[in-house]
Amino acid sequence: MARRELAEINAGSMADIAFLLLVFFLVVTTMNSDSGMKRLLPPPLPPEFVPPPVIARNVYEVLVNFNNDLLVEEKAMDVKDLKAGAKEFLLSNGDNVLKPLGPALDNFPIRESLSRDSVNSVVRSFEVLITQLETELEATSDALKIKAIEKELKTANSSLNSSLAEQYAFEFFGKYAPLPSSALISVQNDNSTDYETYVLVNNELEAAIRELRDEICLAKFGVLFNQLDENDEEDKKKILAIREVYPQRISEAEPLDVRGFGG
Amino acid sequence: MAKFTNKKKKSVTPVSTASLPDIVFMLLFFFMVATVMRDKDPLVEIKLPKATEVEKIKNKTRAAFLSVGPPVDRKRGSDPVLQLNDDIAEVADIRQWVEDTKNSKDEEDRKKMTWVLNVDKETKMGRISAIKQELRQSSALKIMYQSTEDVKVSGNK
Repeated sequence: MARRELAEINAGSMADIAFLLLVFFLVVTTMNSDSGMKRLLPPPLPPEFVPPPVIARNVYEVLVNFNNDLLVEEKAMDVKDLKAGAKEFLLSNGDNVLKPLGPALDNFPIRESLSRDSVNSVVRSFEVLITQLETELEATSDALKIKAIEKELKTANSSLNSSLAEQYAFEFFGKYAPLPSSALISVQNDNSTDYETYVLVNNELEAAIRELRDEICLAKFGVLFNQLDENDEEDKKKILAIREVYPQRISEAEPLDVRGFGG
Repeated sequence: MAKFTNKKKKSVTPVSTASLPDIVFMLLFFFMVATVMRDKDPLVEIKLPKATEVEKIKNKTRAAFLSVGPPVDRKRGSDPVLQLNDDIAEVADIRQWVEDTKNSKDEEDRKKMTWVLNVDKETKMGRISAIKQELRQSSALKIMYQSTEDVKVSGNK
């Protein structure tokens, strides 16, 4: 019997099969843009919460009406000027890092010079307090007392962290002037404001903060702010220091006239 | 004369299509890598706003999407509606949905969830504020306004 030659498989239809698969993937998948602006909502307020008094000069007030018009610090403003306006507000009378501290400006928060020694002593006092509380915590067995101490420890830790940020700022920049803690940008919109305008306004404010931070980061460390690595010990300190000079405090006035701030 | 015609006939050679499957496969792989599966049926029409200060969603398992926009089904009218998972829902349903979504995730992912607001740009803020309040009450605080990245917004820079 004569052996038959193995017939070669025709590869001509390979292209058709591949095309079919290609079309299938084109249909069932999307190239969606999974990007967006991150925000942190303030936690729900306890009912007995009393908002702290608002100091007019420390608040950069942005109102957006139903017609998507802006009223910034009681003056009508075009959205494209908002970034420059917010930068001016945050810089105020000079951050004392890149721009020397000047005289107080009308209707802007006052940055005051802070001494390095006072920050160091505050940090030390908090560290002492924390070790004290920790030893106390180990000594007690009363459940109620433990809860109270833990609460105290938590507030002490958060105070320590904010003082540490001040210390880092001195460490990296030599000198700086902090913004008052009540200085913030407040955005209030109408219920009929378009979402697009809302995003745009928030985007401009965020851009203002980012540009100020980039400026300082580029001058002092030679990189952009978002190029600093949060997981790196040294970079983390740099991030905290820059955030201390230009904090991101954009708050939204709550609807229904409950004027709580946060974020 | 005869010599000339003979020459012309010889010069026509068919183009080889042997590499066609390779080219198509290459395209296929590109699309498989660069795109993601459509995981939900869009019931609302969404045109995203543009922004410059955006971040990418790094971990998709730690993101949950709330879509707001005019319904695709015109019988429902043209007022913006909320879509959770694969259903049209009410604002009051958000709390339950947050709970359910959290429970379906790992312990680790649960704490790091980002709640992505996938909202049509013409929606009025009143609706969004109500949704945000609801998220706040359910302790879903890390939110993201989904937007397309754009180098320039509103002609400034």
